[in-house]
Amino acid sequence: MSRFSVENIRNFSIIAHVDHGKSTLADRLLELTGTIDKTKNNKQVLDKLQVERERGITVKAQTASLFYNWEGKQYLLNLIDTPGHVDFSYEVSRSLSACQGVLLVVDANEGIQAQTVANFFLAFEAQLSVIPVINKIDLKNADPESVEKQIEKVFDIPGDECIKISAKLGTNVERVLQAVIERIPPPKVHRINPLRALVFDSTFDQYRGVIANVALFDGVVSKGDKIVSAHTKKIHEVNEVGVLNPNEQPAHKLYAGQVGYLIAGMKDVTEAQIGDTLYLHKQPVEPLPGFKSAKPMVFAGMYPIDQSEYNNLKSAIEKLTINDSSVTVHRDSSLALGAGWRLGFLGLLHMEVFNQRLEQEYNASVILTTPTVPYKAVLSSAKLIKDYREKEITIINPAQFPEKSKVTEYLEPVVLGTIITPDEYTGKVMMLCQARRAVQKNMIFIDQNRVMLKYIFPLNEIVVDFYDSLKSLSSGYASFDYEDAGYQTAELVKMDILLNGNIVEELVTIVHKESASRGGTERGRQRIRSRLQALSCQPRAQCGAETCELQDHDLSQSWKLNRLRHPGAPRDKAHSVGKAICERLKDSLPRQLFEIAIQAAIGSKIIARETVKAYRKNVLAKCYGGDITRKMKLLKRQAEGKKKLRKVGNIEVPRDAFIKVLKTQSDK
Amino acid sequence: MALPGARARGWAAATKMAQTRRHAEGAKGSLSPAPPSPRAALYVHWPYCEKRCSYCNFNKYVPRGVEEAAMRSCLVTEAQTLLGLSGVRRVDSVFFGGGTPSLASPNTVAAVLEAVDQAAHLPADSEVTLEANPTSAPGSRLAAFGAAGINRLSIGLQSLDDKELQLLGRTHSASDALQTLAEARRLFPGRVSVDLMLGLPAQKSGPWLRQLQELLGYCDDHISLYQLTLERGTALFTQVQRGTLPAPDPEVAAEMYQEGRALLREAGFRQYEVSNFARNGALSTHNWTYWQCGQYLGVGPGAHGRFVPQGAGGHTREARIQTLEPDNWMKEVTLFGHGTRKHVPLGELELLEEVLAMGLRTDVGITHQHWQRFASQLSLWDVFGSSQEVKALLVQGLLLLDHRGLRCSWEGLAVLDSLLLTLLPRLQEAWLQRAPSPGQGG
Repeated sequence: MSRFSVENIRNFSIIAHVDHGKSTLADRLLELTGTIDKTKNNKQVLDKLQVERERGITVKAQTASLFYNWEGKQYLLNLIDTPGHVDFSYEVSRSLSACQGVLLVVDANEGIQAQTVANFFLAFEAQLSVIPVINKIDLKNADPESVEKQIEKVFDIPGDECIKISAKLGTNVERVLQAVIERIPPPKVHRINPLRALVFDSTFDQYRGVIANVALFDGVVSKGDKIVSAHTKKIHEVNEVGVLNPNEQPAHKLYAGQVGYLIAGMKDVTEAQIGDTLYLHKQPVEPLPGFKSAKPMVFAGMYPIDQSEYNNLKSAIEKLTINDSSVTVHRDSSLALGAGWRLGFLGLLHMEVFNQRLEQEYNASVILTTPTVPYKAVLSSAKLIKDYREKEITIINPAQFPEKSKVTEYLEPVVLGTIITPDEYTGKVMMLCQARRAVQKNMIFIDQNRVMLKYIFPLNEIVVDFYDSLKSLSSGYASFDYEDAGYQTAELVKMDILLNGNIVEELVTIVHKESASRGGTERGRQRIRSRLQALSCQPRAQCGAETCELQDHDLSQSWKLNRLRHPGAPRDKAHSVGKAICERLKDSLPRQLFEIAIQAAIGSKIIARETVKAYRKNVLAKCYGGDITRKMKLLKRQAEGKKKLRKVGNIEVPRDAFIKVLKTQSDK
Repeated sequence: MALPGARARGWAAATKMAQTRRHAEGAKGSLSPAPPSPRAALYVHWPYCEKRCSYCNFNKYVPRGVEEAAMRSCLVTEAQTLLGLSGVRRVDSVFFGGGTPSLASPNTVAAVLEAVDQAAHLPADSEVTLEANPTSAPGSRLAAFGAAGINRLSIGLQSLDDKELQLLGRTHSASDALQTLAEARRLFPGRVSVDLMLGLPAQKSGPWLRQLQELLGYCDDHISLYQLTLERGTALFTQVQRGTLPAPDPEVAAEMYQEGRALLREAGFRQYEVSNFARNGALSTHNWTYWQCGQYLGVGPGAHGRFVPQGAGGHTREARIQTLEPDNWMKEVTLFGHGTRKHVPLGELELLEEVLAMGLRTDVGITHQHWQRFASQLSLWDVFGSSQEVKALLVQGLLLLDHRGLRCSWEGLAVLDSLLLTLLPRLQEAWLQRAPSPGQGG
């Protein structure tokens, strides 16, 4: 490997919106450079997970070293694939920090999408060279010229820098490789300095232990070296180093500027966390910047459908987390659902992927409760501060929610969301965002008829069904992506669910007190109106007052409707959440011998109510000599089942009722 | 086969006088099986129907042709065998059910009754009921059944609305039903019952109540109101599943039931059981035996019985089921004298559970004396007196526990199955905690 001088090395990534052809392009590059055989059925070689191939997304970053001859020189091109989703933006940023440039792939038909933007800015912030690649030019509806203009407008990259390709057919792919060599600088590294290596990914192999993917910024590493993790400070002896093509291929040494893998007897992926820096024992170096431990943003309870499955599920979760250190696992138990866990995920997709892998790879079926976000509370009570040993606590489980009187303020996580939508949906999208308590930051036209909106969203507002709502109101055309934007103060309250006055502990929910239609005041409406008017000044051919009037008209209609539905009081978030829970309970609670009042309450104030009427008739009509055996059997089975029901006061609540209320809504 | 005619007519003739007598006091006195008495009720199952009704999941068959002589002979044989096995000395009632037993020939009925009277005593005043479907020309046949020994009729009228009858897959019309009812009353005055169904898909409370009102103008002293139960495997169930028919609304059915029973009460009927109403003391003693957990023998394909096989030296009551399928049943009867497919001894607790579940279906409920006959060591007070859950039901006014015994209130009767989910586990618990009986110590 030493034959490659640093000048002949390029480290790059491919970034793209879902389905814009990142993996197909990677396949072609691997074929062109002879890394993999062309004759084989190379379908998304880098996507190893079943879910990745199924959903067309890349969850786990993969890496390959390509050897390419051009103008008489041999180059080592390290392709560092990145996870294709915002949930993994930290991993993306770590992968990118191992690169000097990126290929920004945009679909010639769909144009720039929200994720393209998010990824571009990640690359931009990392000061990488960006090579725009317009893919799928072979498609009938492809409009590469228009996409070129979008790229100019949104990213400020001259249109003539775009490379127009068809990864599927291989058209112009060679040009991409040449651009990588021409436009991306070689890494700035020093072989003579002591070892400094970035861990940008790690996987677990049950025979060989942790395989860490590393990029060397300084020095050399070889078998037998003693290395130290800057994060854990643990010392490990290197048993193997090598390059990825994309499978591991052992080598004698890895040099600064190169990308490869390293195996050093680490038993757990937490010993080689993404973003960590490795150095030689007794030769400490300044760690590379940007390391963060994975920070879960979405929490959900996970329970076996049947408690007898607990141990199987436990071992499945262990096996999965051994490869994914970003999932946090806490044991939890619920009176209704039994023993289980509270799991923390990087985001919703991450959660879904995890759940799917459990089902597909481990054949485990689980109950996944509605996801919640990590709220924080700044404590004012000296006693509580002493108990928690810190002033600011994170509330993972609603049951631990501290009272208002003991708290200076509550905080909720927020994200910066990017939405790109055809402009005919702009009004609806804005309505949706406002209903989700989002604050608009920015809005521009990226071409003749597509708008890019930026909003600050409370994370909990997008955690369940925002994406689905956005997709359905825009007939699937709007795209959405988000990045972490810290915390903001929030008026949070604990909402209890009561059955005939008794609190149901497992249904305690934290809700936002602020009225959702605060954005729906006259002021908010004015804001939308002026936005839309401002838009009409944009240079677009078909825009006229008419369109804007129409949109504005639509908006005022909707506001009116909202007002009509909720005369007087503005519709309240807590109210609608409470109502939804009460309704779901009503549908799943069996009738009993007395009426059941289902109430949602904040403190002593009832905000929603449903009633399950008492049984008026429940008796077998015909019971004669031939019916007795069957009837007794049925009664005894029911009586037996009744013993297992959870009692809230004198009300028997079947497990199913809890599942229906607690389960993620998308499974409807 | 043998010639039952003469002898049967003999029994029937002897009972001619008794037929007109009311069999009124069924609820009291006449059934007190104090020490396991060698008496029982007897059920005879006729498994054939002309046509399948859309709601019925009973054990019935629509045959091409019935070998009635063979069937008759088997019914007679099995009745003899089971009576012998039970050691029963006296049969208090006989009930011909089905299927459609009114399709059997009166000869068959006569033959069975004669055999019963021969094997055990069938007193002249015994209640002998036949389930009959309305037909267009009922007169002569019903008279023939009367001559064969039948003294009570239960008519499957079901509805007075032709559209509903069609939905139910019945072969008769509303006018057939009324004609049959009139004819039956003429032949069996004071001893005719009619069934009326409620809670059909799309049925409304108002029109149904008007049907009941109309029926009150024609009926005799006994009415049964049955809420439709959608049974898996019936045509109606499938139609509702597929959505071609609306599912019956339980709220509407509950309303019909409440209004219906109120209407019947005003008309002077006593609701002596969940679905059964009688005036002038015209209760069915046969069915009363079931709810009081008296002994009964089941003869015919798929018939159920509950008796102590004393004739074979047994001491424990058994739940017995005959082979379901008529041809197989006949083979078994021919070979072994009976077609009992299964007999399971009933434990003491199991029997008590039945006493509880069945007894509470009646208006008198379970009297202390009645309970005592089955549980000498454990009183109703011992079982239910101290339970908080039971107390809640008493307070709610659904259940009564007093010097007379344990019974449902008017409201409680309509939700008995829910009450039993509290009462049955309580009984099990009390049974397990009971003081060991003196005989068993050690």
